[in-house]
Amino acid sequence: MTAGAGEHSHPRYMLIWLYLALLTAAEVGVIYLDFLEKWMIVTSLLIMASWKALLVALYYMHLKFEPNRLRLVALAPLPAVAIMIVIIMMEYV
Amino acid sequence: MAHAAAVNRPPERGLDVYTQKVGMWVFLCSEVMFFAGLIGSYIVLRFGALENTWPEPAEVLAVNITAFNTFLLICSSVTMVKAFAAAQAHDDQGIKKWLLATTLIGAGFLGVQVYEYNELINHHFTPSNCVVVRNGVEETCSILYGSTFYTMTGFHGFHVLLGVICLGWATIRAYRGHWSGGNSRGIEILGLYWHFVDLVWIILFTIVYLI
Repeated sequence: MTAGAGEHSHPRYMLIWLYLALLTAAEVGVIYLDFLEKWMIVTSLLIMASWKALLVALYYMHLKFEPNRLRLVALAPLPAVAIMIVIIMMEYV
Repeated sequence: MAHAAAVNRPPERGLDVYTQKVGMWVFLCSEVMFFAGLIGSYIVLRFGALENTWPEPAEVLAVNITAFNTFLLICSSVTMVKAFAAAQAHDDQGIKKWLLATTLIGAGFLGVQVYEYNELINHHFTPSNCVVVRNGVEETCSILYGSTFYTMTGFHGFHVLLGVICLGWATIRAYRGHWSGGNSRGIEILGLYWHFVDLVWIILFTIVYLI
């Protein structure tokens, strides 16, 4: 194992936590905006959820600081998930 | 000749990461497929439900309590990374403090979820029964709503429970000085699992409670 592969500068954890908290509040706020169309609400919710998930994965799970090969391992299931979701959506949309 | 060449060839680099971390990431990949399967079936059943038989989340579920619970899990993620940072910085007091905080917040999340389940069951919303009040009139809704809800949130809750147990054990070891001297791998791996549980909840909370 190369020296220092595990060591890296720590991201600003509290700032990430603030983003996550604000995004959660925004998500809950969006559902009360009755004047918005349903698809707008759903799209914004999915964008915010994906953003939060990305923040957790990159900064708390440290994927941002890991070697590319480990990132490939971490990303491996996502194509299969995407295929499943697309096939499901094709069934109903 | 060929044998000599093979011997001189530099060793395969591998992932440049220690084995236990690779193992945890491969395990988490399988967990992604597990939860993706649950969410996929939820989407199929919801889209396939008859008109007006699949209630809006706010009609049945307590969104605000769960939003607070989501905030709790986010807080436990930050205390978890603080514990890892303390381990890397050889800060024994910090390790104890942050691991204990993560364990307690995780247990708090479970407590709120048990409270939520209790409330829902008292309102006759169970894995095999779904009742919603519309304009003062009680209407039955698709029982699949109940079974998918309890399956997804139940399995996630079970993962949180396992995480809290492991965190409790890690905290006990911290008080025994096990993580002293920069020994942060165990905490890092436990942290990967815990953050993954948080990440799954971020997705579940949005899909089940908000959309």
